[in-house]
Amino acid sequence: MKETINFLLAGVGGQGTILASDVLVNVGLAAGYEAKQAEVHGMSQRGGSVTSAVRWGRKVHSPLVGAGEVDVLLAFEKLEALRNLVQVRPEAAVVINNQVIEPLTVISGDQVYPSDEVLKQAFARVTSHVEYVDGEAIAASLGNHRAANVVLLGALSALMERDGLSGPGLGAETWLAVISERVPQKYVELNRRAFQAGREAVGRN
Amino acid sequence: MIKMLSGNEAVARGMWEAGVMVASGYPGTPSTEILENYARFPNVYAEWAPNEKVALDVAIGAAYAGRRGMALMKHVGLNVAADSFMYASMTGLEAGLVIITADDPAMHSSQNEQDNRTFAKFGRVPCLEPSDSQEAKNMVAAAFELSERFDTPVMLRLTTRVCHSMSAVELGERLEPATEVKPFPRNPSKYVMVPGNAIKRHPIIEQRMEDIAAFAETFPHNRVEPGSLSLGIVTAGIAYQYAREVFPDAAILKLGMTWPLPERMIRQFAASVDRLIVVEELDPFLEEAIRLLGIAVEGKSIFPLLGELDPRQVRESAVQAGLLPESAHVARPSLDLGPLPARPPALCPGCPHRPTFYILNKLKVPVNGDIGCYTLGLLPPLSAIHTCGCMGAGIGVAHGAAQAGSPERHVAVIGDSTFFHSGIPPLINVVYNQSPVVTIILDNRITGMTGHQENPGTGHTLLGEQAPVIQIEPLVRALGVQHVRTIPSLDVAAIEATLKEYIKLDAPSVLIVEEPCALLPDVRKRWLPLEVLADQCNGCTLCFRIGCPAILKSDELDEKTKRPRALIDASLCTGCEVCAQVCPRSAIPFKPTEMEGAEV
Repeated sequence: MKETINFLLAGVGGQGTILASDVLVNVGLAAGYEAKQAEVHGMSQRGGSVTSAVRWGRKVHSPLVGAGEVDVLLAFEKLEALRNLVQVRPEAAVVINNQVIEPLTVISGDQVYPSDEVLKQAFARVTSHVEYVDGEAIAASLGNHRAANVVLLGALSALMERDGLSGPGLGAETWLAVISERVPQKYVELNRRAFQAGREAVGRN
Repeated sequence: MIKMLSGNEAVARGMWEAGVMVASGYPGTPSTEILENYARFPNVYAEWAPNEKVALDVAIGAAYAGRRGMALMKHVGLNVAADSFMYASMTGLEAGLVIITADDPAMHSSQNEQDNRTFAKFGRVPCLEPSDSQEAKNMVAAAFELSERFDTPVMLRLTTRVCHSMSAVELGERLEPATEVKPFPRNPSKYVMVPGNAIKRHPIIEQRMEDIAAFAETFPHNRVEPGSLSLGIVTAGIAYQYAREVFPDAAILKLGMTWPLPERMIRQFAASVDRLIVVEELDPFLEEAIRLLGIAVEGKSIFPLLGELDPRQVRESAVQAGLLPESAHVARPSLDLGPLPARPPALCPGCPHRPTFYILNKLKVPVNGDIGCYTLGLLPPLSAIHTCGCMGAGIGVAHGAAQAGSPERHVAVIGDSTFFHSGIPPLINVVYNQSPVVTIILDNRITGMTGHQENPGTGHTLLGEQAPVIQIEPLVRALGVQHVRTIPSLDVAAIEATLKEYIKLDAPSVLIVEEPCALLPDVRKRWLPLEVLADQCNGCTLCFRIGCPAILKSDELDEKTKRPRALIDASLCTGCEVCAQVCPRSAIPFKPTEMEGAEV
């Protein structure tokens, strides 16, 4: 693994980015790294843009990641993916959930939601390591669309392995153990399947 | 044992380990989760007070009674509690007293970014600043020791990035408090601040600060990290982490106590380096204090005064100032994406505040607002909040505007928790000094914005116990308001009719709209999404004007009007029926009700 890995999670308030970043920081800890996480609570959670940062490394000082230094972007929504593209390093690993949540500024007709073409071209100019995942559809096919965030974590774990960002102690079982500790007992099996389905989704498109 | 904790969870753990007996606070981002987490430990007393001043008086009372007391608030809460903060500094206490202030640089969830270290200096109170979760936990104990050793309240200043960042924490043991509570002290020369006593206390307080400054020279949380002597950095709090990351080789003086300052330590450190800089967020607090010692130092000439720092900001500022080579600059992807659609926060689908703002917008009256989820009523298309400064301000501002002869009828809006916090005195003023202000109390049966905390109106305490419900309507009547009505928050027509009636009155009036927050667990169980009947919708756009995130424009155009029809996102819709009420063509059917069945 690299000296440090900087993650950025981006989405819309209410999408489960905080749970996902909580999982991510604890996966880092379980794998033996120093790990830190930073997030914002409060007003932005009411349907606004939200981001949280996670860092793993041998020594981690700042919990925040500076713009241009993101190694891994996990975007829960397409517009939020595009909004945070300026944060990533060239050739960063990126998972984008194929989810559109129109902001009121678009619904009102004042602004236009960017097309898939714009999104894909913009990312292609920065990195070739982008995976688009149908998080909600995959989770819904397993019986609960709210497990989409775990589908995305599964996809992220597979992408990191493929791109050489993974390392010892970072196998799927480590991730699953951390996830299982964080969901109610009756949802453990659903989340295991969601994680696996996310892993299998990588490289399919 | 090592555990991954947020700064807030770590402070709660530190409180438990330090044997805090009474903890009182008012919810406010980024501080809220401290007390919520603390309340989960066994055998503790924790409470939500109606406001921060009450919380601090409660903590002071416990400390006078010989028990460790703690008051918790966000930065602006200390403005509310300032009076108590100042007298507590004068009297000192019998057992430790620690005040948490959680500052919010960059105003993620606040009306300003005041730097509360100035309060510490102003109030002659020492200030500790942790830079990660481990320090946040450890400094709680250090703060209590300091408080008891020097007979002083202690401020523990956190910032958003300490509160809401997670890092590993080594847990410790609990210091078990004594089981016996001593008799309450009868010591008026110390605890009764009449002028004759206060005059004698003042020199004691000034001497105390000199003693603490001497102690700061050996305080273990003030430390020098040796490094290259060409650059020396004085820093504290979260800024330390950025400085350490960006300048791995520099010598650093890391201050855990940022007031009072260890003069000798600073002089020695400054003399040992070629160039001295301060890396701190917000005000040049350390920088100015160091300069007053006659030491050459730079800070805000290099790093920004506004907002929060991050590693990039610190690095780019350092490159510009020549502290780092050009090669340290990190490029960002250069993209020409044009302006992306903004995504401001919005009132949630099903929010019971929505109809009130829809009607206020329709009535075109000036609205003096307050702090809570409902402040989002300012955003288009509702656009119905015209002032909002701090908690409890709206009613007083409306009264002042009315007394100034403002030609329109003023409406003040305030939430339930905020009304208990600081809305009652200004409403008394409206009655006492008679202005025809219309006050709307938006009672959603919970403290909403900070994530559902109990309050005096909910019937439960922070510890989960049953409590008397403070009834708002009888309280308002007892204040002498003659025109008072409570109606359901989602009844659009009733709100419109009542407000039209009230704004014609020449006397104070209060409309209480009541409905639980749509995100409360019991309410979620009743969610039932509505649908648009496409063949009845002609794209008139009226339902878009309620600003509900669940109502989208469909791709389908109405043949006659050529305007997009409405479409409801079933994954977001709660079935509040506000859109059904405003639709002039009955294109959004109401939910079937059990009552209808019963009547047949």
